[in-house]
Amino acid sequence: MTTLPGTFGAYGGRFVAETLMFALDELEAGVREILRTDEFQSTLRELLRAYVGRPTALTRARPLATALDPDGVGLADVWLKREDLCHTGAHKINNALGQVLLAKRMGKARVIAETGAGQHGVATATACALLDVPCEVFMGAVDVERQAPNVARMKMLGARVVPVETGSRTLKDAMNEALRDWVTHVAHTAYCVGSAAGPHPYPSLVAELQRVIGDEARADMLRESGALPDAVVACVGGGSNAIGVMRAFLDDDVALYGVEAAGDGVGTARHAATLTRGRVGVLHGARSYVLCDDDGQIQEAHSISAGLDYPGVGPEHAHLRDTGRVTYLAATDREAVEAATLVARRMGILVALETAHAFAKVAEVGRRESARRGRPVSALVCLSGRGDKDLGTLGAWLEASGGAR
Amino acid sequence: MGRIGERFARLRAQNKKALVAYLCVGDPSIEASVELALAAVRGGADMLELGVPFSDPVADGPVIARAGARALAAGATLPRVLDVARRLRAETDVPLVLFTYANPLLVRSLPRVMAAARDASIDGLLVVDLPVEAAGELRGEAAAAGLDVIPLVAPTSSDARARAAMSVATGFAYYVSVTGITGSAAAPLEAASLAAGRLSREHGVPVVVGFGVDSPEKARRAAGASDSGADGVVVGTAIVRAIEDARSTSDAARAVHALVKSLRDALDAP
Ligand SMILES: Cc1ncc(COP(=O)(O)O)c(C=O)c1O
Repeated sequence: MTTLPGTFGAYGGRFVAETLMFALDELEAGVREILRTDEFQSTLRELLRAYVGRPTALTRARPLATALDPDGVGLADVWLKREDLCHTGAHKINNALGQVLLAKRMGKARVIAETGAGQHGVATATACALLDVPCEVFMGAVDVERQAPNVARMKMLGARVVPVETGSRTLKDAMNEALRDWVTHVAHTAYCVGSAAGPHPYPSLVAELQRVIGDEARADMLRESGALPDAVVACVGGGSNAIGVMRAFLDDDVALYGVEAAGDGVGTARHAATLTRGRVGVLHGARSYVLCDDDGQIQEAHSISAGLDYPGVGPEHAHLRDTGRVTYLAATDREAVEAATLVARRMGILVALETAHAFAKVAEVGRRESARRGRPVSALVCLSGRGDKDLGTLGAWLEASGGAR
Repeated sequence: MGRIGERFARLRAQNKKALVAYLCVGDPSIEASVELALAAVRGGADMLELGVPFSDPVADGPVIARAGARALAAGATLPRVLDVARRLRAETDVPLVLFTYANPLLVRSLPRVMAAARDASIDGLLVVDLPVEAAGELRGEAAAAGLDVIPLVAPTSSDARARAAMSVATGFAYYVSVTGITGSAAAPLEAASLAAGRLSREHGVPVVVGFGVDSPEKARRAAGASDSGADGVVVGTAIVRAIEDARSTSDAARAVHALVKSLRDALDAP
């Protein structure tokens, strides 16, 4: 029987109140004894096929490659792994469905979740509706406002949305509140964490549930293009879509790039570029990179995208950064909006603002990798989610900046 | 034996329960914290837990979380909390325990923080989000500086976990009466007291009961009988609330003194 790795190099672990330790042990046992069984895996696989709509498409995006690199010196081709086509519109459902199914098998009577962009909240509410489990979602009050369509969806799905008014009133604070609720109702409540972050076993569990993205993409790349991509690019909030697509390529000769949110710029005080600008610390139960001051106080992150607006990052990414296996870049709010606009106009796909950060760095990845390999390269982008939820934010931004080209 | 061990030994010889008072240092100001802590000592506190405010206090309920936010706004930092400890030591010999989250310690050099804490006459440390497995390095550095490390035991801790915690406890151990955050109501205090007493006798390390103790009557229940109960009780949220409700520092000092005295009297009543 395999045991889950609790740490990734110097990162990960469990930094939680003693009260929660038994629940994490219990969850770890659930992963080992329930989630890893053939019966569970085949039930989940069938749900992912018939309900979520997996496998998701792999789309060749020549027009985008041409738009990003008109001379074709850096980018030979761009491929899109279409997680936006999942039911509920983002990769989050892969994880939520797995965790809620596990919670149900473990006999939990109630599921809670935190959410930033609302995608994980919607995914958890969806899984809970399907599997008939009461669901409560904690969401920062700022995010309740900027992701209003997702709040309405969660309510329609029968979930209770709890606006969080503490701290920066964003994702970090939603997770604080979810942890407080969990400590208080731990015996009968399952906490469905939305990213590859938090105390062990969450980073491993979420990565295990999201690796379907990379497994499918790798097989489809080989089948449809006859080769692996030269580079894989994904946005990084807590890091779940990124680790999900990257795990399948870790042992290949494929360059891996994560893109964080640079907000107003990594040189300013308003960004969420934890791996680029953070330091090693403990937040939400794991040791990883965090944005904090010299006294150890966690700093507020800033990003136009609620799903990346987080001063922490999953521990596996901290390790992959230190080992150099993954390169982490950061894209500003402006770059993300421009990238979202470009993808919409060239490909007819409205991407989430989170995802837009990955697109914002595809040209740079092309330059770096073509220089290294001495030829134009192909890049696979994890298109983690659709952008309908962001139309309000995008409209306001475009209006303030004088409209799109 | 350190100041904490001596204090428990003395209390035991007198057949008395320990009264531990928690304050969030910096709430409402650094200056006020010194005065309020001394008011708690005058009211009969045997030991002080000096709370280091943290931006993301996930183990705390709204009352202590608000206090932490006020303290941070007032400029409280770990070095300033240590300054308060130093000033308290000039006035009192009660043991001082640093009550903190992990990150303010871990962003610094541990040997240096431990030395600074010792120089500020801190006697022990309690790190809420550092379970026994994760606290090995801290225990080593703390021991080198002569500081006790107080582990938490919860009602949800397995026997094996409780044993592991007790076997590394120095000074005392803290039994969390509820599965919840600080300030939670309706704690099963009698059960907690008996569990704490059992661990204490079995391992020969004092165990106090905390969380949910906010009145003289609950303090008595949490302390339990002299032969079967806990070695003492911790009062936090009630003190912090009294400070929050007061209109001035002198008002707050009076309220803290009166509250702690009422708890002391209840614990000492035959
Ligand atoms: C579409 C989309 N992509 C990415 C993210 C960021 O999360 P993660 O880094 O865990 O993939 C979110 C989070 O809400 C999201 O909704």
